[in-house]
Amino acid sequence: MVKQHVTTTVNGDAVELLCDPTQTLLDILRDELDMKGTKEGCGTGDCGACSVTMDGVLVCSCLVLGVEANGASVETIEGMAEGEELHPLQQKFIDHIALQCGICTPGLLVASKALLEENPDPTESEIRYWLAGNLCRCTGYHKIIEAVQDAAAEMRGN
Amino acid sequence: MGRAPSPFATKIPYEKKDLKIVGSNPTARGDAVDKVTGRARYASDITLPGQLIGRVLRSSHARANIRSIDTSAAEALPGVKAVVTKDDFPDMEVEHAASGELMVNFRDVTRNMMARENVLYDGHPVAAVAATSDAIAREALTLIKVDYEVLPHVIDVRDAMKDDAPVLHEDQFTKGVEPKPTKPSNIAARMESKLGDIDKGFEEAEIIIEREFNTKPVHQGYIEPQASVANYTEGGLAEVWTGTQGHFVFRAQIAKLLKMDMSKVKVIPTELGGGFGGKNNVYLEPLAVMLSKKGKRPVKMVMDRDEVFRATGPTSGTNVKVKMGCTKDGRITAAQAELNYQSGAYAGSSLPLATITVFTRYDLENVSVIGHDVTTNRPKVAAYRAPGAPMVAFGVETVIDEMARECGIDAIDFRLLNAAKEGTQTHFGPKLGPVGYIQTLERAKAHAHLKEKLGPNQGRGVATGFWFTLGAETSATVNIGEDGTATLIFGTVDVTGGSRSAFAMIVAEELGIPFEKVRTMSGDTSALGFNFMTAGSRGTAAGSMAAVTATRKAIARMCEIAARKWEVEPDEVVWEDGKARPAGANVGDFAPMTVAELAKEASWFGGTIAGHAEINVAQGGPGFGTHVVDVEVDRRTGAVKILRYTLIQDAGKAVYPEFIEGQFQGGAVQGIGTALNEEYIYNDKGQLENTGFLDYRIPVASDVPFINTEIVEVPNPDHPYGIRGIGEVPIIPPLPAIANAIHDAVGIRMRDHPMSPPKVLRALKDQMIEDAAGQGTAAE
Repeated sequence: MVKQHVTTTVNGDAVELLCDPTQTLLDILRDELDMKGTKEGCGTGDCGACSVTMDGVLVCSCLVLGVEANGASVETIEGMAEGEELHPLQQKFIDHIALQCGICTPGLLVASKALLEENPDPTESEIRYWLAGNLCRCTGYHKIIEAVQDAAAEMRGN
Repeated sequence: MGRAPSPFATKIPYEKKDLKIVGSNPTARGDAVDKVTGRARYASDITLPGQLIGRVLRSSHARANIRSIDTSAAEALPGVKAVVTKDDFPDMEVEHAASGELMVNFRDVTRNMMARENVLYDGHPVAAVAATSDAIAREALTLIKVDYEVLPHVIDVRDAMKDDAPVLHEDQFTKGVEPKPTKPSNIAARMESKLGDIDKGFEEAEIIIEREFNTKPVHQGYIEPQASVANYTEGGLAEVWTGTQGHFVFRAQIAKLLKMDMSKVKVIPTELGGGFGGKNNVYLEPLAVMLSKKGKRPVKMVMDRDEVFRATGPTSGTNVKVKMGCTKDGRITAAQAELNYQSGAYAGSSLPLATITVFTRYDLENVSVIGHDVTTNRPKVAAYRAPGAPMVAFGVETVIDEMARECGIDAIDFRLLNAAKEGTQTHFGPKLGPVGYIQTLERAKAHAHLKEKLGPNQGRGVATGFWFTLGAETSATVNIGEDGTATLIFGTVDVTGGSRSAFAMIVAEELGIPFEKVRTMSGDTSALGFNFMTAGSRGTAAGSMAAVTATRKAIARMCEIAARKWEVEPDEVVWEDGKARPAGANVGDFAPMTVAELAKEASWFGGTIAGHAEINVAQGGPGFGTHVVDVEVDRRTGAVKILRYTLIQDAGKAVYPEFIEGQFQGGAVQGIGTALNEEYIYNDKGQLENTGFLDYRIPVASDVPFINTEIVEVPNPDHPYGIRGIGEVPIIPPLPAIANAIHDAVGIRMRDHPMSPPKVLRALKDQMIEDAAGQGTAAE
C-alpha cells in the first residue's frame, strides 16, 4: 500500500513521517518513533494499556490509525513528567504503591490525567467508572483509586 | 513441591531483634520511577539492530493428525528470512524437570512449543516464520499449507474420563494403578493422599455432607502478552531477552530443546508485565532462537492477545467431589475428596499440589483424597497463583459452611474448632510448625466488617486458604562500591517490584546503611549461579535468604579489613550498627569504621568487598489467610455485587507492609474474577470462543470495592527475618467465600463456576420451582 505523509505533534514536538495506512497510532508511536512507554496489551481496545490523548481526547491508540493523527496533537506517558519533576499523579502512584508489574501503569496515568482535566474532584465511583477501560491484574485497583483521589486533592490545592 | 526436600537445604533460625528499616514503607522504590514514566523496559520494548519479526502459525483444529506441512510458498515470499517447523527441532526423550510449581516433561514441552505428529488444541503451534516486517510475517503464515486429518476431540474433564472418550495419547496408560492398565486412557495418573482411617471417621460422624463441584479453566490474565527477542550468532552463542518468572530455568530448557550447551545460552530477564505462574513455561523462546539461527538476524516475537488465551496458561478445569463428616458439636471426623483435573493436551496439571493440600487448613485425623490428572484438547495448563487450590477450596469451604450451619455454629467458630496449628499432622507429610491460621480467624471475628448490617438479598461469606512457601536454589551477590554504597544482584525474578525493594531494605538493615544507599538489580544468567523460578511464593522469602547470606559474607570481609588495619585477629572484630568495632576493650582502642571507610581501604587490605551466596533454601513457613465478603444478589439479573471485602493473612514478617497489602488486594480481586466472571468457553469444534478481554472479562475498577487488609505476623522459624511467602494465598478463598455469601443472601448453593449472572439466575429459578413444588406437596 502507498504510504501516507503524516504531520503530527507528539508531546509538543513536531513529527513528520510516512505511514502505512494499516498502521495504528500505537504502531507509529512504538515502532516508528521508538516511544515504548505506551504499551500494547490486547490490540483490540479492551485493556487500555495503550491509552494516549489525541487533541485532548482519551483514546486507545491501538484503535486509531496512524493517518488519523495527521494534524493532531498527541500526548503520551513520555510527556507527563516535566524534566525530573514528576506529575502529581505519577508521584502519588509511587507513594500509594498503585503499581506492581507496571505494564498497565502508563495507560492508567494517561487516563487518570484525562479524568482530572475533565473532573478535578471525582468521587470514588466516578474514578472507578472512568478507569473501567484500563485493566490492571496486579493491584485489585484499591491503591490506584487512592492515588488518584490523593493526586486530585493535591492538584486542587487541598 | 515437585521435588524431595534436600537434607543440605539452608535454614537460618529466626532472629528476634529491633528493626530500623525492615517493616517500614519506603517511597523511593527502585523500579517505580521508570514504571510511571514509561522508561521501564519490558521484552516487547527491546529492539535490536536488523531484527526480524517472528510469528507463529497455529492450528484451529482441536485435534488432528498432521499429514504434511508445505512451507515453500511462504519461504518464497520476499522479505521472509526463515521458516521453522518440527523438522528444525530435535525430538526429546521422556524426561521430567521442575518448571515453577508444576513438573514438565521435555518430550511434551517440545511438542507443545511446536507440534510434531499431531495437534491437540486450538492454538497449537505448527510452524513459525521470521520476516523483515510484521505484515510480511503475517502474510507468510497464510501461505503455509498444512494437511490435517481432523479427529474427534474432548474438552470437558468428565467427558474425557469416560470409557468411550477420544483418547489423546495412544501411549498413555494411567500411572498409579496396579496392575498397569492394558487400555490407553486420558487419565494420565491417579494419585492418593491419606491420613488415619476414613471409614472410622465417617462412622464417628453425626452429620455427613457430600457435594460435587465443577470449575472452568481460567487464565492468569497478565496484561503483557508473551514476548521474546533472540539473537543467535554464527559463533553458536544465543542471547534471549524475555519476560519470564525464571530465566535460569528458561536457559536450561532452551539449551535442552535446541541441544545447545547451557553456557552458550544467555537469558536476560526484562521487566515482567505480570505472570502469576503463566510465565513459568517456554513458548516463543526456542522458536525465536531457531528463527534467528536460520535467518541470521535477531528475531523478535510478541504474541497477540488471542494467542495468549488460546495457547498459554490457563489453569485446570476441574470436577471435585467433597464428602465430610462431623459431630453435632462441630468436630470434623472425616474428610474425603475426589479431584479430577484437566491437564490440557499433555499430562501434568497442578493435581499433585491440590491432592496434598485439600484439607491442610484443618487439624484432621482421617483424610482420604484421590486425584486424577486428565488430558483434554485444551492448551497444556500452567501454574496460576496457588495452582489448583481455589478449586478444591471451593468444594471444601462451602461444605464446611453447610456443616457449620447444620451444627448451628458460626462459620468462623466452626473453623476455629478445627483449625490447623503448630503440631498439626498435614496429609502431605510434615507436621506444621508455628502458623498464624488461628490468629487470622480471630482477627476476622473481631473485625469491624462483621458489625456491618446486611440488607435484603445481601449476604456474608467466610472462607480460608493455605499455601506453601517454596525454597529451592537461590543465588545472590552483594558488591560494596568504593563509596560505601551497596549493590545486590539477585536472580529470582522480581515479578512486581516488591522483592527488589524488600531485598534493598534487608541489605540496608544488615549493613546498617540507609535504604537509599542500596541498589538491587536483577542479574542475567551469566551474572549468578542457578536460581529457581519465582514460583511458590518464594520470591522475597527465598531471595532474601540469599541476600542475607551474601551480605553477611561481605560483612565478614569488612571485619577482616578492620582486623588487618588494626593488626588484630578477624574474630576480635564485630559488626554492630553499621560499623566494624573491636569485640571488646581488651582488643584495643580503635575508632569504629563505617562501610564507606572500610570500602575506601578495601583495596590495600586485600581487594574489593563483596559477598555471594549460592544456596538451596529449605521449603517452609506456609501461609494462611481468612477472607470475609459481603455480596448483594440482583434477583432480576443474577448479577452478584461485591459490597465489602476483608482479607487477613499471616505474612510471617511484613518487610514492606503496604506492598504486601497491594499483593493481597490484587490476589483477592483475581479470585473475585474467577468467582464471578472468568471462564474458557469452547464451541462444538473445540475452538476457544472468548479469546479477548472483551469476552474473557477480568475484573475492572468499577466491579470491586476497596479491599480491607490486615497482616498477621507469626514469624517463620527458619528465616532470619521470619518471612513467609504471601503471593498465592489471597487467590484461594474468594471463590468459596463468595459462594457462601450468595447462599447467605438468597439461599442458593452455587457449585458450578463461574457464578456469573446466567448461572445465578438459573439457580434462583430452580429454587423458585423447588419452593413452589414444596408448597404444592404441603398443600396436598
